[in-house]
Amino acid sequence: MAEATAAYKVIGTRPVRPDGADKVTGRAIYGADMRLTGMLHGKVLRSPHAHARIKSIDTSKAKALPGVWAVVTAHDMPKAEDRMANLGEMSVNVKHLSNNALAYDKVLYRGHAVAAVAATNVHVAEEALKLIEVDYEVLPAALDVLDAMKDDAPVLHEDLKSTELGQQTDKVSNVVNHFQFKLGEPDKGFEEADVVIEREFDTATVHQGYIEPHNATAMWNEEGHLSVWTSTQGAFVVQRQVAEVLGISVSQVSVTPCEIGGGFGGKISVYLEPVAAVLSRQTGRPVKIIMSRIEEFEGTGPTPASHIKVKMGATKDGRIVAAEADLMYEAGAFPGSPVAAGAMCIFSPYAIPNMTVDGYDVVVNKPKTAAYRAPGATNAAFASETIIDEIAEQLGMDPLEIRRLNGVKEGDRQVHGPAYPRIGYLETVHAALEHEHYQSPVDGPNRGRGVASGFWFNVGFQSSVVINVNSDGTVSLVEGSTDIGGTRASIAMQAAETLGIPYEDVRPSVAGTDGVGYTDVTGGSRTTFATGYAAYEAAQDVIRQMRERAVERWNRESEEGDSVAQLTADDVSYSDGVFRCAKDPGKNITFKEMAEMMPRTGGPITGRATSQPRGVGGAFATHVVDVEVDPDTGKVSILRYTATQDVGTAIHPSYVEGQIQGGAVQGIGWALNEEFVYNKDGNMVNASFLDYRMPTTLDLPMIDTVLVEVPNPGHPYGVRGVGEVPIVPPPAAIANAIYRATGKRMKNLPMSPTYVLSQLEQE
Amino acid sequence: MATVFIPAMLQSLTGGATQMQIAGNTVRALINALEDRFPGFKDRLLQDGDLRPDIAVAVDGEFAVDLIERVHPDSEVHFVPPISGGV
Repeated sequence: MAEATAAYKVIGTRPVRPDGADKVTGRAIYGADMRLTGMLHGKVLRSPHAHARIKSIDTSKAKALPGVWAVVTAHDMPKAEDRMANLGEMSVNVKHLSNNALAYDKVLYRGHAVAAVAATNVHVAEEALKLIEVDYEVLPAALDVLDAMKDDAPVLHEDLKSTELGQQTDKVSNVVNHFQFKLGEPDKGFEEADVVIEREFDTATVHQGYIEPHNATAMWNEEGHLSVWTSTQGAFVVQRQVAEVLGISVSQVSVTPCEIGGGFGGKISVYLEPVAAVLSRQTGRPVKIIMSRIEEFEGTGPTPASHIKVKMGATKDGRIVAAEADLMYEAGAFPGSPVAAGAMCIFSPYAIPNMTVDGYDVVVNKPKTAAYRAPGATNAAFASETIIDEIAEQLGMDPLEIRRLNGVKEGDRQVHGPAYPRIGYLETVHAALEHEHYQSPVDGPNRGRGVASGFWFNVGFQSSVVINVNSDGTVSLVEGSTDIGGTRASIAMQAAETLGIPYEDVRPSVAGTDGVGYTDVTGGSRTTFATGYAAYEAAQDVIRQMRERAVERWNRESEEGDSVAQLTADDVSYSDGVFRCAKDPGKNITFKEMAEMMPRTGGPITGRATSQPRGVGGAFATHVVDVEVDPDTGKVSILRYTATQDVGTAIHPSYVEGQIQGGAVQGIGWALNEEFVYNKDGNMVNASFLDYRMPTTLDLPMIDTVLVEVPNPGHPYGVRGVGEVPIVPPPAAIANAIYRATGKRMKNLPMSPTYVLSQLEQE
Repeated sequence: MATVFIPAMLQSLTGGATQMQIAGNTVRALINALEDRFPGFKDRLLQDGDLRPDIAVAVDGEFAVDLIERVHPDSEVHFVPPISGGV
């Protein structure tokens, strides 16, 4: 379906984003900007313990403080049912979601919400928190995935029984689920191998680090309708979660997404919204709550720490013939780590005939994990891509050549079974091999070059778009996808391309749950693909209506001249903004003229479309990095970085490059510095951006990008999601570069100065 | 007949068979046919008459959105975990 060789007029250009000026001048409305008449301010009391039973909560003193309007605990919310709720394309356990918003009888991590206050201002609310008396029975905590898996580990959920290889057991354990994928005969494959490498890896808990904290403003009015304004990746998913937790219908909840200052997967689950809603119901006033940065680190979902074992075998000619992996991921306080995705991604770039992958979802006394760019895949690739580098070294092969030799292409099977459609992995390897960066020498002591590849599925899901034609020939486009990374522009560009009008003539806006049809989250690298698909279809709907009106008009004109009206829609073509009659070259009419004539040809024209597209195109990336390691301190400096990626068709190349650069930088931070540091009691000791070290522009060189365009045949313009896969290769690429620089293999993330130095000091 | 790939975790029900030809023109028909041949299959895939939340079905590489998803005689059917995402 994709028009691979089509010469586009709008797609592939780099226009200015429609929301840019408002965002850089401070006019854009974020959640913190919400001001409603009579609004109160909320704050949340959080657990000081990693694991404790709540024996009692006394809120009387807090309620008596002047300026306090309400104090709520979990007992002010409906007792949540222990059942899975369908949230469109994802599901969630309602009890876990509710108990994460406000702890019911146990706190399961430091920072777990226990109670909340609504007061006339934030300062009074904070004072009131100090007056809430909570009597805890402190329990031993399970803070590490391997410790939590032990039979004698403290149990987080006494009612949670393990699922073992698809079968529910009677065993109460922190190991919520153990699953397995298998392809071919791994034992036989290893027998054929000439080189077998087996290693174990550990990765730390890291946070998405979005700059704008979670926030929510709720107003539960006298008619029983709840309105929520929030920073979210998906208004409809917030609507459903809030309705489930509060035990009300989705029709009683309206959600307006404010502008969003970053999400990366961390703004899908609700935290504050149900709490603000209950406070509003109790006070009859709107209530706004904004998290502090400490609350972000301690109370919202990071991506999991993990322990991964990988074994791979290859023949002397470099063919990888067998692979095994055990992935143990921390889910945080409630089940649901991204270990399944990690298990499906770990060997995805390679056509390996024999594979076994076991995955373990393990609850620990840390915040419930959330999605983070290609969730689960980065941990996995750190392990597998390091092993492949070691195999290449043992066989005397170039690390990119071994990837090219074994790389997947259309028809090859993934470990979980399905065969790939048209993909562009080998093209990314080729682009890296041919790049001037890879061709150049690595000069200087303590320097090395590393490479690694990565994969992410991307998803489709559901989207809705409405296009309203204005009388001046411009259009207003209404979409339900929150704009995180420039998707107003990428959706508007696809509409403009389809309509044959300039990009500047499309005015996109993001609507809430009352303003547009159901739309899933901006996540899974789906928005430019799926919402773009809906925009394409909505534009086609506009063209269809205009074509029908042009036919009607020309037929009437013929009848005026006593000719027989005989044109049909098939006789009218549309290109470059002009409707042309195939049977009469003298008959043509522009899009703008048709827009102007709307009142005389049947009234307003509104194009509508919903999409749930098939044909999702997976994305591959291959990165090259040069590093220098300070032998005295262990500090790793990034000297040069090049990311090649199959991007399908780059709708707006600048924003595609931005996604790749942003993903790569987050991956570099994950690789070198970022981690939740806990003390022995389970308290995070670096819950600020001063101590949780994310890379800045001062730390990094420019990230070079190579956009490899292998159009996705499942999309009218060949779109593939681009936002997630660039975070996958960096840790492994950097680990491989450090090895080339120092001769030491890295097995832990982050590869901080302390860790690197400890490895350098080992014999 | 469609080719149904049996996940590793369900191969204990099929005596180790990794794939098999099954007649049926929808996903539900295939599951019913599997249940007939291998009792217990349905319990491992379905909950309250629908797919379990931790299971998705891919027909020819595309995720099915409903149990009445059409299956063709030359289709490949896989039972896999659902996928969402981050950004």
